[in-house]
Amino acid sequence: MSEIEIESRNLDLWYGSAQALKAITMAMPEKKVTAIIGPSGCGKSTFIRCINRMNDLVKDCRITGELLFEGTNIYGNSVDAVELRKKIGMVFQKPNPFPMSIYDNVAYGPRVHGLRNREELDRIVEESLKASALWNEVGDILDRSAIDLSGGQQQRLCIARTLAVKPKVILFDEPCSALDPISTAKIEDLINTLKHDYTIVIVTHNMQQAARVSDHTAFFLLGELVEFGKTKQIFELPEKKSTEDYTTGRFG
Amino acid sequence: MTPLISPSTSNRAAKVMLWVSASISILTLLFILGYIVVQGLSVLTLSFLLESPRLSGAEGGILPAIVGTFCLMLVTLLSAVPIGIGAAIYLAEYAHEGAVTRIISFGVECLAGIPSIVIGLFGYAFLAIYLGFGFSILSGGLALMFMILPWIVRVSEESLKAVPGGLREASFALGATKWQTVSRVVLPTAIPGITTGVILGIGKAIGETAVIMFTAGSSLLMPTSLFDPVRALPYHLYILASEGISDKMAYGSSVVLLVMVLVINLAAVAIQRHYGRHHVRN
Repeated sequence: MSEIEIESRNLDLWYGSAQALKAITMAMPEKKVTAIIGPSGCGKSTFIRCINRMNDLVKDCRITGELLFEGTNIYGNSVDAVELRKKIGMVFQKPNPFPMSIYDNVAYGPRVHGLRNREELDRIVEESLKASALWNEVGDILDRSAIDLSGGQQQRLCIARTLAVKPKVILFDEPCSALDPISTAKIEDLINTLKHDYTIVIVTHNMQQAARVSDHTAFFLLGELVEFGKTKQIFELPEKKSTEDYTTGRFG
Repeated sequence: MTPLISPSTSNRAAKVMLWVSASISILTLLFILGYIVVQGLSVLTLSFLLESPRLSGAEGGILPAIVGTFCLMLVTLLSAVPIGIGAAIYLAEYAHEGAVTRIISFGVECLAGIPSIVIGLFGYAFLAIYLGFGFSILSGGLALMFMILPWIVRVSEESLKAVPGGLREASFALGATKWQTVSRVVLPTAIPGITTGVILGIGKAIGETAVIMFTAGSSLLMPTSLFDPVRALPYHLYILASEGISDKMAYGSSVVLLVMVLVINLAAVAIQRHYGRHHVRN
């Protein structure tokens, strides 16, 4: 069993007076893929957005409990969310490349963090695009606008952009829900490769996807963690009735 | 019950009435343009554009008024753009929706509603007299800034708010600070919209008369510094016409002013077209 990278302890979250997460306790191991599944509105996206403190941007959002990253509570007073997000990257549901060139998209993170050296930037851009399996398609059109790429390419560009910051963890928030099956397969292959170097947490409403890419799976329902375990076990021998009902497609 | 007028008749009647309304609107515009151009054409020569006026403008050209107009626009632009965009960024990105933003927005709306003659009077009292700028390019340009500032704030704020939230999230998720996100992603994405708004604002300012007659002065000499008075084109044609100096020259000046406004508006359209292609999907 590899080491625990992220651990949630009794995490509660409220939007105003509505409680969206209830006492979530689970541990996500290093360099493994943890999938979070569940029906719409179950809190899976809310939970993943706690891990890089994206919920800080939401007004009236209140969090109690602990969320440990490398043993430190990221909601502790000494933690700077901006610094944290350099280590915990995120890929969103809808591809959201910046309206600038492919190169500038990938170089954005390193530049924001102060890198100016052109050769170094060139190297990072190439590495990141290779790691996201996009280099062969865009290597000679780096000056082209990222907006002109296809949806699937845009999403891989967003992955490259995240890799360029050299995070330890990558959060995927339903990364394929806006993509066609072929683009989806490419992203899944990519996740399988990336897990050798990164800890990955992926939210998905697609159960086959969870079964294909993840090592561990968490099933959320109505803001609660119903069941968490090895993916094989969650899909083949779930302990809870509601987990089985969901994974076999009886609801959700 | 049978209606008094059959549906097909009312349908035809509506079409005719709408067509008449549209025609009147277009014809009014064409008539005004045509009339002014025909009246002014006889004086429109190269020397009209490149010479100084003689006999209070009854003869000669309008070069100092053209130069004066450009100088005023420059001062207005250089002051209104940074302040207006700064205020818009604060309202759109930093201020929390609440009492304060509502008060600021309300204030901006009120400023937009002040009649231009009142802004002119204020410019005279505050800029020309109190601050001692006198009748000058500086006073006139700043008074025009007061006039178009609300407009620039409003368009800039709307352009900023139209930037998809996903871009801000993406930037934050890469470890960028708020200011980095605003200055490197949000503002550049909103620039086409802001530019169009600024250009249209300048188009409003260039034809403004009431604001500048109390602030920029009415000198027909070439200005040599920011503190020199100038006579802007609209004021020049106002004087030519109201003092009975020369109707022909007034129409000639009108044509020049119209062409300037037309060029400004076309530039705004061109910018919108150009950036429309690159605009963010979704």
